[in-house]
Amino acid sequence: MTSPEQFYQRDWSIHPPAYSPGYKTSVARSPSYSKISLDNSVGELTGPVFGHSDIDAGDNDLLTNFAQPGQSPIGERIILHGRVLDENARPVPNTLVEIWQANAGGRYRHKKDTYLAPVDPNFGGCGRTITDETGAFAFRTVKPGAYPWRNYVNNWRPAHIHVSVFGSGFAQRLITQCYFQGDPLIPICPIVQTIPDPDAIEQLTATLDLNATIPLDTVAYKFDIVLRGRRSTLFENRLEGN
Amino acid sequence: MPQSLHYLKETASQTAGPYVHIGLAPKAAGFDIYKRELGWDIAGPDAKGERIRIEGSVIDGMGAPIKDALLELWQANSDGNYAHPQGGAPVEEGFRGWGRVITDFTTGDWNVETIKPGKTLDSRGKPQAPHITLWLVARGINVGLNTRLYFSDEAEANATDPVLNMIEWEHRRATLIAQRSLRDGKPVYRFDIRLQGEAETVFFDI
Repeated sequence: MTSPEQFYQRDWSIHPPAYSPGYKTSVARSPSYSKISLDNSVGELTGPVFGHSDIDAGDNDLLTNFAQPGQSPIGERIILHGRVLDENARPVPNTLVEIWQANAGGRYRHKKDTYLAPVDPNFGGCGRTITDETGAFAFRTVKPGAYPWRNYVNNWRPAHIHVSVFGSGFAQRLITQCYFQGDPLIPICPIVQTIPDPDAIEQLTATLDLNATIPLDTVAYKFDIVLRGRRSTLFENRLEGN
Repeated sequence: MPQSLHYLKETASQTAGPYVHIGLAPKAAGFDIYKRELGWDIAGPDAKGERIRIEGSVIDGMGAPIKDALLELWQANSDGNYAHPQGGAPVEEGFRGWGRVITDFTTGDWNVETIKPGKTLDSRGKPQAPHITLWLVARGINVGLNTRLYFSDEAEANATDPVLNMIEWEHRRATLIAQRSLRDGKPVYRFDIRLQGEAETVFFDI
């Protein structure tokens, strides 16, 4: 067995700070002390392995995975596809990608969501898939609606899909949100704006991908996800004290 | 201009939000959609080692339990091997070492059943005390928080653990140690995570 390689240290300048007072809930939920930096051991360099026995082939089709037979959720039919890559631009194959979202009216199928837009009887709002050998993944769903939320009295979330990704090591674990090109709510959303780097926000914005559409059927957006990269061993690292 | 390095930038994190359950634990959100939800069985039926239960809560800066958090656990088996191609020797059939749990919507408590992991090695080959790697997300948490859970009955191993010893403030090491007790003869560990305050849990940049 070869030991897994270390990850590049995280570039915290592109991530939202824990304490982001414009997003009020973060105030009491943000640690105050600095995180302690840890040389990764095997427990951080490895992570759970998923296979096709863990999921069903249809789990990535939100148009059908909760709909009654012959029925379909209401809304703009979209394909959301992309690749999971690492910072070295290498594909991350065989990794679990899970998504969840509101329906086309901006309502979540969740016992705690009380927004007045109706639940769609044919839409669950979650999907999952495993990337192929090239790191590619695809979901079919409806475009989620914007919805109001309690932060300031008049805050609206831009249309977004939540995305959870594993990678090959637990230190790569990531949850993020995918936004949609051209949405005027993006630049005024307090959650989006927790991210200090405008380029990092652009990177969370899926692009209309006309080439991936199904003509007369479903429009498509492309959303690539980049996880932390691993070092390559060019020369042996002789650690101090060893 | 010097040459470009052509590295990509990591995708920025965003909060998991209050409805994380829809994606990662839909039954908790109130509906049944998947043949099998993932992460509820960490060790499997045939795992070696001591069967344990871990209970805890996640407490915010106002002292209130967080009722919409999700935690993931990643641990070695009782021999100190991870269920991963580069995780050491092969693990027993059914042992996954990975779990996912939510805090209760009413009480804010979480609990898991697993086995106590064995010792592992750090990046320099030094033994680490038995521990579980934890990752915590919730509404209001912008980037998932990483921490470790150690065991109070491993005082000797904990005393020489390289990660615990790296924490300069000795009193803060205690925030990572789950407290063992026996309930009906079975071991139960208590592990509360505090996001702020004097007893703020140690979080790691891993």
